[in-house]
Amino acid sequence: MGRLSVDLCGIELDNPVIAASGTFGYGCEFAEIYDINCLGTFSFKGTTLEPRMGNPLPRIAEGRGGMLNSVGLQNPGVDAVIAEELPRLARFFRKPVMANVSGFSVEEYAQVCEKLEAQPQVGWLEVNISCPNVHGGGMSFGTDPESAAAVTRAVRAVTAKPVIVKLSPNVTDIVSIARACEDAGADGISLINTVMAMRIDLNTRQPVLANLTGGLSGPAVFPLALRMVWQVSDAVHIPVIGLGGISSAEDVIEMMLAGACAVEVGSANLVRPTACRDIIEALPAVMDRLGIDNLKSIIGGAKA
Amino acid sequence: MKQSIFTIIENRPLSPKASRMRLQGDVSAITGPGQFVDLALDGFFLRRPFSVCDADSNSFTILYERAGQGTEAMTALPVGSKLDVLTGLGNTFDRTEAGDHPLLIAGGSGASPLYWLARLLRAEGKNVTVILGFSSKEEVFYEEEFRALGCEVLVTTEDGSYGIPGFVTAAMDRPCSYFYVCGSKLMLREVCRRAETSGQLSMAQRLGCGFGVCMGCTCQTVSGGKRLCKDGPVLRKEEVLWDD
Repeated sequence: MGRLSVDLCGIELDNPVIAASGTFGYGCEFAEIYDINCLGTFSFKGTTLEPRMGNPLPRIAEGRGGMLNSVGLQNPGVDAVIAEELPRLARFFRKPVMANVSGFSVEEYAQVCEKLEAQPQVGWLEVNISCPNVHGGGMSFGTDPESAAAVTRAVRAVTAKPVIVKLSPNVTDIVSIARACEDAGADGISLINTVMAMRIDLNTRQPVLANLTGGLSGPAVFPLALRMVWQVSDAVHIPVIGLGGISSAEDVIEMMLAGACAVEVGSANLVRPTACRDIIEALPAVMDRLGIDNLKSIIGGAKA
Repeated sequence: MKQSIFTIIENRPLSPKASRMRLQGDVSAITGPGQFVDLALDGFFLRRPFSVCDADSNSFTILYERAGQGTEAMTALPVGSKLDVLTGLGNTFDRTEAGDHPLLIAGGSGASPLYWLARLLRAEGKNVTVILGFSSKEEVFYEEEFRALGCEVLVTTEDGSYGIPGFVTAAMDRPCSYFYVCGSKLMLREVCRRAETSGQLSMAQRLGCGFGVCMGCTCQTVSGGKRLCKDGPVLRKEEVLWDD
């Protein structure tokens, strides 16, 4: 156990840095750039029962200190992930991977999780009830405690793997939703997914995104995410993964001081392909400078 | 793909809207025309993608038009500035089907990837005709550069102030064994409709990552979804599904 190691629902991570779903594909593009075994782990692209092509283009816009996406859960479907992506991943990634799951009905979440339950490479199931870019699924399950609990219960019933529920910030009371997930059997909570946002092109006077709205991510949302991690980690007794705009070792430490036991790094990967590796490599020196002996000791440290 | 630091060795206007930038550094990942680079700019979260206009052993050139705040900021960068660049992104034009008399069609800075392509096709002994489309006479650039490669060059202007009046399609009556086109989506569609031969197009789109992971640029084709940044930006005319 090194000074960077943390525990995530009973599985030891070498360090708390997890590449976030939707910014890391199924790992192979990054494996061409660096040895991704340096990661704590990564959460693979949000996977549904059937293949999905996602939303019309354009799906990407920019904001100050961040970006908007309206990809809409494009993925090859869980059967293709199991048949093609996981065997390929096994060739270059030795660690348990986090499987990000989405759906359009409670039954679909359970069906996808049941299939992934049988995959030994999958360490955790990250249940995405927070995608803002699809209609009738995703976030609609994450904006109300009852539906969030229903998805959590259905998934809990089909898997022995740790279930981490990924929450949306686009709600009035994220704490009540986190509590509902904990009560329904979740082993952990990750937050935040992207913040619903919009841009308008001044020349065309039309929304930039074909979907009109998209999810904002990047450094612009970091303080918002930090505040929500603080609130949720106060309210639940299960591990909390903090994400939203993390792009440096300092951000990792700040998020852990707010109560996160691990972090996910998302859009930073898209603009700096080596972002996760750079952050992991920078952590020891930043910890030395700040007088931090080991990362486990600082979780929730700002609340003391 | 490679991420490295480049130094600007030239950055000068070619017309009121267009500029040329040359950057020196490790170009080992750049393999052919059609590929693009992704520049990180101070103050902007997302990188900016540009097709490579030409490359030698230690530098590459891009042509760019001021289209927003990012490209506006680029025009102010002095020679000697350092830029973080992803190189070697995307696929390349396939020259094997070009035939004896390929037609290259560019709208504005769409000339960028076609310049390098024209140079290679000329080196292979092809008769190359180039159509360069602009809005008006003062916007015209790279006419002489293509001519210096030994290409036949036709310029079209939308307002008729120079060359052939109208869009690039107004000059498409030339003999042609195959075509290559780069420009706006509307232009690509019109060229593909008019062309009697097969051809390839370089498709621009708003990109997230530029290296195939974010799924921000996936477009539908007859052979399924293609990530324009990784499986493109060069597509074959026959595989494109137009929206309408």
